[in-house]
Amino acid sequence: MEQFLQQVVNGLSLGSIYALIALGYTMVYGIIKLINFAHCDVYMIGAYVGYACMTFLHLGFVASLCISMLVCMVLGVIIEKVAYKPLRNAARIAVLITAIGVSYLLEYGMMYFVKANVRTYPEKTGILAMTFQLGNINISMLQILIVAITVVLMIALQLIVKKTRIGKAMRATSQDQDAAELMGINVNTTISFTFALGSALAGAAGVLVGIYYNSIDPLMGFLPGLKAFVAAVFGGIGIIPGAMIGGYFIGIVETFVSGYGGSMYKDAIVFAILILVLIIKPSGLLGKSTREKV
Amino acid sequence: MLEIKDLNVHFGVIHALKGISLSVQDGEIVTLIGANGAGKTTTLRTISGLKKPTSGSILLDGKDITHTTPRDRVKMGMSQVPEGRRVFPEMTVLENLELGAYLRRDRAGIAQDLKMVYERFPRLADRKRQAAGTLSGGEQQMLAMGRALMSRPKILFLDEPSMGLAPLLVQEIFDIIKDINQGGTTILLVEQNASMALQIANRAYVMETGSIVLSGTGEELSNSDDIKKAYLGG
Ligand SMILES: Nc1ncnc2c1ncn2[C@@H]1O[C@H](COP(=O)(O)OP(=O)(O)O)[C@@H](O)[C@H]1O
Ligand SMILES: [Mg+2]
Repeated sequence: MEQFLQQVVNGLSLGSIYALIALGYTMVYGIIKLINFAHCDVYMIGAYVGYACMTFLHLGFVASLCISMLVCMVLGVIIEKVAYKPLRNAARIAVLITAIGVSYLLEYGMMYFVKANVRTYPEKTGILAMTFQLGNINISMLQILIVAITVVLMIALQLIVKKTRIGKAMRATSQDQDAAELMGINVNTTISFTFALGSALAGAAGVLVGIYYNSIDPLMGFLPGLKAFVAAVFGGIGIIPGAMIGGYFIGIVETFVSGYGGSMYKDAIVFAILILVLIIKPSGLLGKSTREKV
Repeated sequence: MLEIKDLNVHFGVIHALKGISLSVQDGEIVTLIGANGAGKTTTLRTISGLKKPTSGSILLDGKDITHTTPRDRVKMGMSQVPEGRRVFPEMTVLENLELGAYLRRDRAGIAQDLKMVYERFPRLADRKRQAAGTLSGGEQQMLAMGRALMSRPKILFLDEPSMGLAPLLVQEIFDIIKDINQGGTTILLVEQNASMALQIANRAYVMETGSIVLSGTGEELSNSDDIKKAYLGG
């Protein structure tokens, strides 16, 4: 039982990270039907920005987190404007290949500037280093923070999407772009805003992972990015709550498999789940199985 | 109010509009009729700015708006009910209507227009919180019309509002269009249902494969033998 609860605690932290990244995939897919392969590298850059803030600028955790989110936000918007916007009316495959290109550019560009070696975040101090003991279950302050920050960000995201003018524009654009334009919605601004939101969340995930696992490198985005993408598909790509559920589900499955001695197979199992979901319910857990009548 | 001069539109090599010209005066109902594929929808999409013309010009109140965005055109008082309704399926009826007023900031005016739309379409009021995608075809048409009215347009464009609706409902929709026009909104109505459209229109244009081949008052065209043969079933 204790082993079980311990895995749940670990799974929630990992799931938070996947959920944060998955949201960016799903929002961008929802609005321009693009699988943004470069998204996982925005997360990597976020981790490096956090690293730089803490190591060189000696900033605290919260300041580093905010700066990283901000930098990623700008980066996401630039990527969209430079790489994807000119291809707005091009074939889907052309944009997809461009996204892969941007991903490589970011990864190997980073490698050129910061070298390929693994870097470690500074030693955790103060409350960040605290751990609690509940019976035989270990919970670190960091795990609590990761889950808490993720939940706060998700609530903020929900409020933005549901309540604000730009959030309504996002939903309208993702449901029917022409109709959105006929309402007077500026589709370009709305798409930029979507990239900004998704990238900020990825930046947050990057910093949280940096402190939690304490090691970052220019290719660190690949596997978590892939799994977050699986999470988004699992929940139903394009559906925001789906990405949240998917992220936590994949995170918990992964920790359970490793926790019970299967760490060699954890990635294989995640992808087996993806294949299973795609066979049973291709539109994902929360996906609509049929389109609305026209 | 609206004037279109020598408009040419291409889709790749397809020459969809071949130099069409038409005008709509203040307060009129003008209808554009023609068979499937004639270019009616393309005309409206070009007028609203969703499709860029290859050449020609569009004037609103004498001002050239050919190169403005759809957003600018909504601001200038143009509003469109697109072909196939195109309501936002996962949003509620109320959210759809609010999006119709997306560019407006006058809360009081918006609330007033919302009331007006609910009075005009009581069925929408009953379904305020329902997702638009779950409405019937007729209700979706009403929602698309209500949504277009929420921008308080000077000129309203309707693309085949009767498509796929039962005859009784079609009559209701046409009555509402006439009523909206009597409230002071100019209307350009695209229809395949020529007989109904000609009944309520002041003037009409007939389109065939990308060109306007005939025009006249609603009455003239209703009585024209060519039109009777081609569009009114004898
Ligand atoms: N997106 C498009 N791509 C290519 N051809 C199109 C497109 N939209 C319309 N067309 C062509 O333009 C012509 C006019 O179509 P449309 O304006 O939809 O006619 P209508 O509304 O009168 O039925 C048709 O030949 C149609 O095939
Ligand atoms: Mg049409």
